Amino acid sequence: MVLSENGTDVCRYYLEPGKNVPEIVITVDKVSKKYIIAHQNVDRNPTIKDAFAGTARSLMRRFRTPLDTSPLNTTKEEFWALSDISFQIGQGDRVGIIGRNGAGKSTLLKILSRITEPTKGRIVLKGRVASLLEVGTGFHPELTGRENIFLNGAVLGMSRSETRRKFDEIVDFAEVEKFLDTPVKRYSSGMYVRLAFAVAAHLEPEILIVDEVLAVGDIAFQKKCLGKMEHVASEGRTVLFVSHNMPSVLSLTRRCILLEKGLVVAIGETERVVGQYLKQFESLLSNSGMAEFTDADRDMSLQGPKGKLTRARLLNENGEQSGTFAEGEPVMLEMGFRILEEVQEVQLGCTVRSKNGQVNLFTTPSPEYQQTLPPGDYSVRVLLSPNHLREGEYILTLKLFADGQRQDHVPDTLGLVIQHDASVGQNRSYFQLWVKGNMKYDYRWGEIQADSKLQQKGAR
Amino acid sequence: METREIVIEAGRSESQYWKDLWRFRELLFFLTWRDILVRYKQTVIGVAWALIRPLLTMVVFTVLFGRLAKLPSEGVPYPVLVFAALLPWQLFAGSLTECSHSLIKNASMISKTYFPRMLAPLSAMVTGFADFLLSLVMLGILLAVYRVVPDWRILTVPLFAAISVGAALGLGLWFAALNVKYRDFMQIVPFVVQIGLYVSPVGFTSSIVPEEWRTLYYLNPVVGAIDGFRWALLGTSHSLYVPGIISSVAIVILLCASGVWYFRRTERTFADII
Repeated sequence: MVLSENGTDVCRYYLEPGKNVPEIVITVDKVSKKYIIAHQNVDRNPTIKDAFAGTARSLMRRFRTPLDTSPLNTTKEEFWALSDISFQIGQGDRVGIIGRNGAGKSTLLKILSRITEPTKGRIVLKGRVASLLEVGTGFHPELTGRENIFLNGAVLGMSRSETRRKFDEIVDFAEVEKFLDTPVKRYSSGMYVRLAFAVAAHLEPEILIVDEVLAVGDIAFQKKCLGKMEHVASEGRTVLFVSHNMPSVLSLTRRCILLEKGLVVAIGETERVVGQYLKQFESLLSNSGMAEFTDADRDMSLQGPKGKLTRARLLNENGEQSGTFAEGEPVMLEMGFRILEEVQEVQLGCTVRSKNGQVNLFTTPSPEYQQTLPPGDYSVRVLLSPNHLREGEYILTLKLFADGQRQDHVPDTLGLVIQHDASVGQNRSYFQLWVKGNMKYDYRWGEIQADSKLQQKGAR
Repeated sequence: METREIVIEAGRSESQYWKDLWRFRELLFFLTWRDILVRYKQTVIGVAWALIRPLLTMVVFTVLFGRLAKLPSEGVPYPVLVFAALLPWQLFAGSLTECSHSLIKNASMISKTYFPRMLAPLSAMVTGFADFLLSLVMLGILLAVYRVVPDWRILTVPLFAAISVGAALGLGLWFAALNVKYRDFMQIVPFVVQIGLYVSPVGFTSSIVPEEWRTLYYLNPVVGAIDGFRWALLGTSHSLYVPGIISSVAIVILLCASGVWYFRRTERTFADII
């Protein structure tokens, strides 16, 4: 097992005993990607005026303080989404890329797909690469299913003759024969996704890069997609798969790369690496309902200049801090934040997801507090009551907005454990077998009504 | 299938880029095909719009400049004079507009897939060209109605069309790339096109421009294209102002070269900021 301690050395390919050395098809050598975050102007589409105004402002500053030798625009901050990533992947390998939000997974995929360039480093890919960062890229709503198959094929790098050859297979797979000549804007979202995936699945690249696309579509179709991807890999093609969904990572990949804050933390057998990934959350869940944030916790690509979240804690009904609650017990979340520049309005929020899945269960947006807040530390509480969460482990993501702009985003930061309430469901083992889902609702079952009676005799 | 090796590193080599552009030629075809297909979907009269717009402009300009302002037409029926100029103008204006918006329009593709980004403006150019071909047919009909018979000079039309296309491409590459970062160009381009229609000799002939302003006037490359079209199609009375054409061609070359340079220079960050 090759484990990259610091992510700086080239990780040699891990050999299983008794197997031939596969040909290396992907070599990633010390790749880094830097983004510049402009704190002054969070708006990603700056206008010329901003550019001029920014320059004028800094010129003015320079004029006033001629001895200031700092660069003209000091509000720009470098952010390394990836730093010195190295690994190799052999032909026919199925490799998962996992990590928390903001770990650099998407950036890595974008670089491998040549959408954006690395700032440093070098990658060598052998063979045709197809990447599926989104289902249906290039689909045009006004065009028919038939037209979109050809268009999407071309976008993904298929030649016209290739698409024509695969056309029937694609249509079969997507189950949309009847609607081939209907504009896709009239498709249901399920049909749309099926068609889009079908085109991509019939590409014949040597290297297939897939990002989380399986999170869409119904379960039957998801299974079909997984099957297709397994098939692709069994034909000796290489599959790179990014996902938050641990069950599909486990079933689909043999090796995994775990990224954390732009570094490779572990490379190796899927089960071991997934275990290591999930352990991060276990430490969260034992954090007894309290967290303080440093820059390392923040998603630095989603920062604003006016404020940041500083801490959070969970309190029970008695005002005691705790990470564990009973089913139905109200949960009080307290969020602490620091305002750096005076703001006119703030809004906070918390998104809750279960530990094992990527699906967000719900978000609690605060009202828009129309209050002038001078720089300083503040806190606010939100009471989750009634608490509809069922027994299980949950992860919280916290957000701060001010003056209509995102200021801070702290992903996967606080763990919340909900324990079974013994007073509910007396026949427990039976109850547990068939009661599914993370949420509990208020529901009222009615009385059983007798609609009609069957004759006692000769009823059969 | 041949195994090819792709090397990804900062500042990819220039030669690989142009090879890729060739390799992705089918995508160019499909993007163009998509734009043309989508253009007139869910319209009642469809492609006829491509003809109605220049025809109505022609009528308005004929009344405005020919009848009301009584500008000289040099012996050619005024509608024909206007339409011959509208062709290169619309080729330029249409291509420029499409080209400038091409990257924004394909933003989702740019942030989710790889292809040489120059394909987007190029395919937009082809779409503009398709409209031009349709208008050419319309011009043929007009010439027949007014019994204007062009001579051998009609063979030079492609050259002047190329000036229009080149000017649109050069400027369009600049605007498309700038648009990614500064959406101001969404406002600037329609404005340039609107003003350009009156500044260029579409409703009148360039001969009414005083001699001393000529050199300056021909800095607008479309003037060369329009003059050329009239000279090539309407014959006798129009002589070609050769220095003007040369300056137009020079400007077009300058625009295209600088446009390609700027586009290539900014291209690598498109996906990050679009």
